[in-house]
Amino acid sequence: MNVLINQEPRELPDHATLADALKVWEPPAVFAAAVNLQFVPRTAYAQHRLNDGDRIEIIAPITGG
Amino acid sequence: MTTPATHEDPLLLYGESFASRLLLGTSRYPSPATLEAAVRRAQPAMLTASLRRQGAAQPEAGNAFWKLLQDLAVPVLPNTAGCHTAQEVITTAQMAREVFNTPWIKLELIGDDYSLQPDTLNLVDCARQLINDGFKVLPYCTEDLVLCQRLVDVGCQAVMPWAAPIGTGRGPVNPYAMRLLRERLNVPLIVDAGLGLPSHACTVMEWGFDAVLLNTAVALAQSPVDMAGAFADAVRAGRAAFRSGAMQPQDSAQPSTPVMGTPFWHHN
Repeated sequence: MNVLINQEPRELPDHATLADALKVWEPPAVFAAAVNLQFVPRTAYAQHRLNDGDRIEIIAPITGG
Repeated sequence: MTTPATHEDPLLLYGESFASRLLLGTSRYPSPATLEAAVRRAQPAMLTASLRRQGAAQPEAGNAFWKLLQDLAVPVLPNTAGCHTAQEVITTAQMAREVFNTPWIKLELIGDDYSLQPDTLNLVDCARQLINDGFKVLPYCTEDLVLCQRLVDVGCQAVMPWAAPIGTGRGPVNPYAMRLLRERLNVPLIVDAGLGLPSHACTVMEWGFDAVLLNTAVALAQSPVDMAGAFADAVRAGRAAFRSGAMQPQDSAQPSTPVMGTPFWHHN
């Protein structure tokens, strides 16, 4: 299946989970994730099945006002 | 520097006590070292931070800032900067809660990209959803009295009206509305955005606002560290002045030196 991770296309095996996608992306040490604009807690990465066309967001701390 | 008076007069937000009445942003400093020095000078109650996409092959970009936050050990106030819909806000807030391990959130729901004015028509419902989800919400809002009252009505225990649009440094552009707001609302009011000078911060504190949140005015000063100290002093001075009770302005001159016994003075 094809997904978007932070707007970049990635190909994943069928039945991949969010945990599988994170192995492909190699996120920073501190991050959080959302799929299709829904937050996914870190405890649910391994159970969260992805679907073709899913939009995954991986975010990390930055400076802010 | 923390004065004894500060300890006797803490900032209370959602039942938590803070010694400082200055909240400081972490963006736009010339270097991380300058940011760190500015924070150590200002001794703020909280530091604002944000979340952004992390690209592949740049894992270190966010880690250095994370490490700095850990070293500074100042409570973090994550923001939802750049969000234009309630769903974006909710998801960003939930991600921030996990990353920063805090229920605090600076609610930013932008309604106009040019002025960065909050989306006042949807802000209240967004705040309500966050509060129902367990967040301690500090909403960035305009100085509109009814808007601020509605935010309080849905459970915001403090609100953060702007003095002027973010990053403009213009100081309070609508003094009448801000002072009316202070008069009408009993919750802590934090002036967030638009302050450019320590005198602006001092002024709003003299009016009775409870704290200020700054970023650009410090970060873009020629000496951000000294400016951080100047703002911290101004906030303390303004607060002390408010608590001291200012004299009422008079229409006519009143000599401060006693007239009785003035030499060389003759009645004709």
